[in-house]
Parts: sequence; C-alpha cells; structure tokens
Amino acid sequence: MKELLSGNEAIARGAYESGVRLASAYPGTPSTEILEFIGRNYPEIKAGWAPNEKVALEVAAGAAYGGARSVAIMKHVGLNVAADPFMTLSYTGVNGGMVIVVCDDPDMHSSQNEQDTRHYAKFAKVPCLEPSDSQEAKDMMGEALRISEKFDTPVIVRSTTRISHSMSLVETGARSEGPSELGLKKDPAKFVMLPAFARRRHPVVEQRLKDLASFAEEFQHNKIIMGDESLGIISSGVAFQYAREAIPEASFLKLGMVWPLPQKMIRDFASRVKRLVVIEELDPFLEEAIRLMGIEVEGKELTGLCGELSPEKVESALRGSSSAKSVGPIEMELPLRPPNMCPGCPHRASFSALKKNKVYVAGDIGCYTLGALPPVGMLDHCLCMGAGIGIAAGLDRVLGELAEGKAVAVIGDSTFFHSGMTPLLELAYNGGSTTVLILDNRTTAMTGAQPHPGTGYTLRQDPTITADIEKLAESFGFKRIQTINPYHVKEMEKAVKEELQASEPSLIIARAPCALLKTDRILPDRPLRVREDVCKGCKSCINTGCPALEFVKIEEPTEGEKRKGHSRINEALCVGCRTCMEVCKFDAIEEAS
Amino acid sequence: MNNNRVFNVLIVGVGGQGIILASDVLSRVAARHGYDVKKNEIHGMAQRGGSVSSHVRFGTSVSSPIIKVGEADVLLSFEQLETVRYFPFLSDSGKVIVNDQKILPPAVFTGKQEYPPDVLEKIKEKVPDAVIVDGTRVANKLGNPRVLNVIFLGLLSTYVDIPAETYEEVLKESLKPKLVDINLKAIHEGSSLAPN
Repeated sequence: MKELLSGNEAIARGAYESGVRLASAYPGTPSTEILEFIGRNYPEIKAGWAPNEKVALEVAAGAAYGGARSVAIMKHVGLNVAADPFMTLSYTGVNGGMVIVVCDDPDMHSSQNEQDTRHYAKFAKVPCLEPSDSQEAKDMMGEALRISEKFDTPVIVRSTTRISHSMSLVETGARSEGPSELGLKKDPAKFVMLPAFARRRHPVVEQRLKDLASFAEEFQHNKIIMGDESLGIISSGVAFQYAREAIPEASFLKLGMVWPLPQKMIRDFASRVKRLVVIEELDPFLEEAIRLMGIEVEGKELTGLCGELSPEKVESALRGSSSAKSVGPIEMELPLRPPNMCPGCPHRASFSALKKNKVYVAGDIGCYTLGALPPVGMLDHCLCMGAGIGIAAGLDRVLGELAEGKAVAVIGDSTFFHSGMTPLLELAYNGGSTTVLILDNRTTAMTGAQPHPGTGYTLRQDPTITADIEKLAESFGFKRIQTINPYHVKEMEKAVKEELQASEPSLIIARAPCALLKTDRILPDRPLRVREDVCKGCKSCINTGCPALEFVKIEEPTEGEKRKGHSRINEALCVGCRTCMEVCKFDAIEEAS
Repeated sequence: MNNNRVFNVLIVGVGGQGIILASDVLSRVAARHGYDVKKNEIHGMAQRGGSVSSHVRFGTSVSSPIIKVGEADVLLSFEQLETVRYFPFLSDSGKVIVNDQKILPPAVFTGKQEYPPDVLEKIKEKVPDAVIVDGTRVANKLGNPRVLNVIFLGLLSTYVDIPAETYEEVLKESLKPKLVDINLKAIHEGSSLAPN
C-alpha cells in the first residue's frame, strides 16, 4: 500500500521496517519529527529524547555494540555536539547496524549556520547516503543498516529540510528483525580505543573505505539515467529533483551514496556526455572530489555556495534563464513577517525585566533567541546551544567594570540540560560576578514542545524524574539562587537588579510554562483591554512586541490631544499574561469584563 | 490534465490559519485520485505568527517538491499581504484566490510601518479574475471560525480536476467524527462561492 509520508516520517518508517530496536535523539529542526513519529507509532522501538546529541549517539552506539540495530537522530549542528564519539565510533565500528540520521538546513530556515554534513562523512571515513524523496528515505534506512553490518561501520543518512519536510508517496511494508545476535561481547581490541588498539583499527578503517568505494559502484541507488548527451548532470538529494524538473531531457548520474564515491561510474558517465555539471546544495563536495579525479567539471560557479537551490535557480544556472512565464511581482513596500514570541510568552515578560535593567545579554538557542528582534531587541549573542553562560563569564572576566553589573546570560531549560550544566559549573568553579537567567518554560518550545529531563515526562508521556535545577546549582556551589514567576515583571526586575550588584556568580530561574502548553497552565486565558482614554500612547506595552497589542494612530486629533495614538488589545489573541499591565505606568490596562 | 502535466497549487498565509491542514487534505485527495503527489512547506515557525507557504504538486509524475517561480496554477492566499509576497510564483495564466483578511505584521502593529493600503486593487490589476472572499464572514455564518481553511479548500476544488466526493472521503478520514459535518458543510459552501 502507498502512503503519503514526509521524509521524516519515512525515515522513521524505514527504521521500523528494518528492525531498529533503539532510537535516540535531541529535538532540532528539521529533524524533530522523526523521533516523535517513532514515539507515537512504533512501540517495538525503545525510544527516548536524550539531553543532547552526544548522549543520543552514545546510547545508540551502546545498543549497536550489543548487537541491536539502532539509530541516532539530529540536526546538522547536533553532529558537532556528537562529533567526539562519532569520530572514534568510526574506529570501533559497530556490531548491530547503526545509522546516524543528520538533517541539514540549507538556507537556515531554522538554524544558525548551513554547514554541510557530507564533510563529516569524509572526515570520519564513514559512508553517507542521501535520499531524494520519501520512498528513498524509507528504503535507504534499510540499505544503511545493511551497509553498517556488512562493513562494520556507522552510516550517515543525510537529509535536508526540503526532504525531511516534503511529503511524497511511499510503499510501506512489514517489520523484519536484523540479523545480529544480541549479547555482551568482550572484544577489547575492537571496542577499547587505547592507543595500541586504536593504531590497529585505523588501517581497518582505511581498508573499509576502499571496500565501500568498490561497493558504491554496485549500489542500486547510484544510477546513470541517459538522456541528451550534450549535458550530463551529477546530483543527489533534493538538488537532483530540482535538476530533473529544470532540465528533464539531460543525462543524469544520480548518487544515492555521496561518500565514498563510485569513481568508475563517474568516469564512465563523464566520458559519455559533452558537458559535465555537478548540481549540489551548499559546498562543492562532489565537484571537488570529481575534479581531483582529473575530470573537467562545472559546478559552484553556476549555482553558488550559499542558501538552497530551487528549480528556477538550477534552470537559470544551466540555461541562462527560467522558461516559466510568471505573472510578475506586485510592486509595493512589503512589511516583513518574522516569527515572534507568542501572546502570553513568559520570555517576553523576562525580557521586559531585563530591558528595565538595561543589560547586555549573552543568549543562545531557543524561542528566546527571537528576543533579538525589534521591538524587544534584548539579545546580544547567539552562538550555539549553551554558549551564553560561557560568553557572559568571559566578558565579565576581561572587561571588569566595563561589564560589571551590565552583562547577563540567558538560557532555556531544555538548552540548559543540553549544554548549560557544564558552563554553569565552570562559572561556580572559576568564579566571577556573572548573573545567569534560566528561562524555564517547562518544555523544549522552539521545536514544538518536546519533554526533557526537567519536565517529569518522557517521549511517550510516561512519568519520570524531574531534574531539579535549584538543587543542581546548589550542589555546584551557587549561593545566590532565586526562583521567580517572570509574569511578575516588577519582582523580576528587582531580582535582576539585586543579582547584578552581587559580587559572586548568581542564578535566577524564571519559571512559568510556555504559553502554548495545555498542561500546568498558569495563564488565566481571560483577555485584558486598554482603557483608551487613559492610555498616553507611550508604547511601553507595544514595545514588548506582543502580537495581541496594536498601536492605533489618531488620524484627526481633537483639540488638546497630545497623543499620536493609543494601544489596543486584540481580545481574541490575548491570554491575560499581564506583562503589558505590569509595564504600563498609567494603569491604562485592565481586565476585559 | 495532459500526459505529464503537473498541477501546482501554492497555499500561503500566516501561521495558525490552517494552511498545513488544507494542503494535507489536498495532497491526500490527489493521491487518492491516483496522482503522484509531492508537497512541501516551511513550517518551523508556523506557530509563531510567521509567513507560511505550502507547495502542493500533482500529476502523472512529480520531480521537485517545490513549485518553480512562475508555474503555480493556483495561488490560494489566506491573507492580503502574503498574496503579494508570493505573487511571482503565479504563472501568467494562473488563478488567484484571496481571503479578504489583514493580519498585521510586527512592524505594523508596533506603529513603525503602514499596512499597504490597496493590496486587493493591485492584485486585480494583475489578475482581473482574482476571486476575493471574506472567509471569516462565511465561516462565522457557518458557526465556526475554524473552518475557514476548509471553505477555501472547497473554493479551490472548483479549479482542480478531481471529483468532490474524493474531498469528502478524505475529510471524513482525516477529521475527528464530531468535526466531520461542519467541515463537509464548509467545503460545500466554499465550492458554491466559485464564479461561474
């Protein structure tokens, strides 16, 4: 039977059908739905959110060492976090098949960089498969696990946003178990990477790569589709679909395995076409490898290095222009529509308190990163998960009075468990006067409300431990810890002021559940309204950036009217968080009756 | 549809307007009708009031999951401004359906920028047979503002060569039983809004 599945759902389905017994992941766009889908639909697979990608990969590695088929899932930057175990896992190899699904985000729809995961495959000397639709995404999970077992290697399945989030038809089948026997296997020369053992494993890895390159020549997802011989296109992933859409008559070498490469097949294809072009997103990965083989090839000079491709970009690159007849643009100045913190978001309340204290904020990744955008404009750094605490500590230590009482770090609860615990420990250990705010909204909000070790629930909503941030910080040696409801903006403002003045590291936990959460809800869901005659039009509430607020201009002022306009609340959107009421100096906001 | 003609529908609007559900249903309808289907959307920020677009493509065989700029047969827009943002995707022979609604972007609700005043007129200048419907009014008439998306799906269905029963079957399958009746009403109401 054929089902319409997204690439992510198809990857989950592929794991299920191939007998995967364990899946571990940390949420990250565009990869999140894979583990969610496994959690919802496949109880046969032991699955759970890990605190971060490094742990996810290690848990999956343990399962594979024990003979089970396993999968670790992450977004592209997650593999940076998991890079340490990943690089040496290549040396130990596996036992049961193991796949690392990595979803890249060309164009950075929801990411901080657009690194190209194929380099990691080359770096770690492991194979990398790349599907170009949902059917292939499902099939390649099975292929990857078989390759993993046959060649004793972890395998990367690389997706991109457009593969993960596109739906297409998939032929589904039944689950079948993997071939390996489960058990504890003592084999220190393979599994204990002491220098003496690792030295013996490295040549194994090099030979494996050669064997995989030979295998690539026969791999069914590497294929030549001959058409017009005047143009030969080498491509993979969604770029292949764009190229086929743009130039359907061309000849194609479609690669399903993008590392290592089938050199004979590439030479054969190159000899059969007049002009050879690589169409690939991001880096010239295939192009450079082919050029190193001494083959003349075009690529990035046509398609560029930044952002994602599209059918019209590929067509313009190859034909000089697009054949489509567009109705054309409508000329007008278009206001942007960036994402925004939701009405009632507790982060908005926290940022309001920070704004009053005029602080400099080192942050990182989560919904609170949106606090960098106007009109909030209260986030000054976002480097990677967990980075804010270390950055604030570094600023504090070198700038002395230039930063004293001015710089803070903010970090979300899920991000804190991901990679905030070690910098908090560093801060306690090496000292300084940095203030850290943990914006604890009781979920992993940015990726769609996944539970984490601080929530009390697992992936499948089973009750579990609730990690205690206060006790953790206490055990690290923090003496100044305050927990505050951020909707009490004035109280929060006072706490920030106090802790900024302290001459030792301090921690404020701003705790209130995400405004989208239905459970543990503390928001009253009763709208507020503006007393429009009392409002002075100062925009204090407007500048919190709440989408439920609107500044209404007074077009024809009556005599004595000093205001340019006044605020108004859209009662359909307001959830009654009272942040606007707290920042209003004129008591102009009240409960709507 | 000709042999390998692919039909392209671009559905756009603002997070929270039910765009993803509408495009999901349309994709399933096309699949059930026997077409090859691909659908893509950027939805990472959908819950946070960002601009949302969903590409639905169906035909004998579909390659790219996104529509080539200039090849959309129908642009269905749930918000005035968003119509303009995605307008170049529309083919010069394409059709436009617009929900007559303004959702203010941050620069507008904070009073920094004006909402462009004559969006609908400019759309009509480019595409004189553009269909503009106050969907909220129709939805309120049916007694449920949340069926807005299905009303427009009904209107859209009149531009697509697939029988109405297929939409009904898919709606019945994909919705909770208590929501089926109101949504069937909505899809009928929507299809009756089509110009002759």
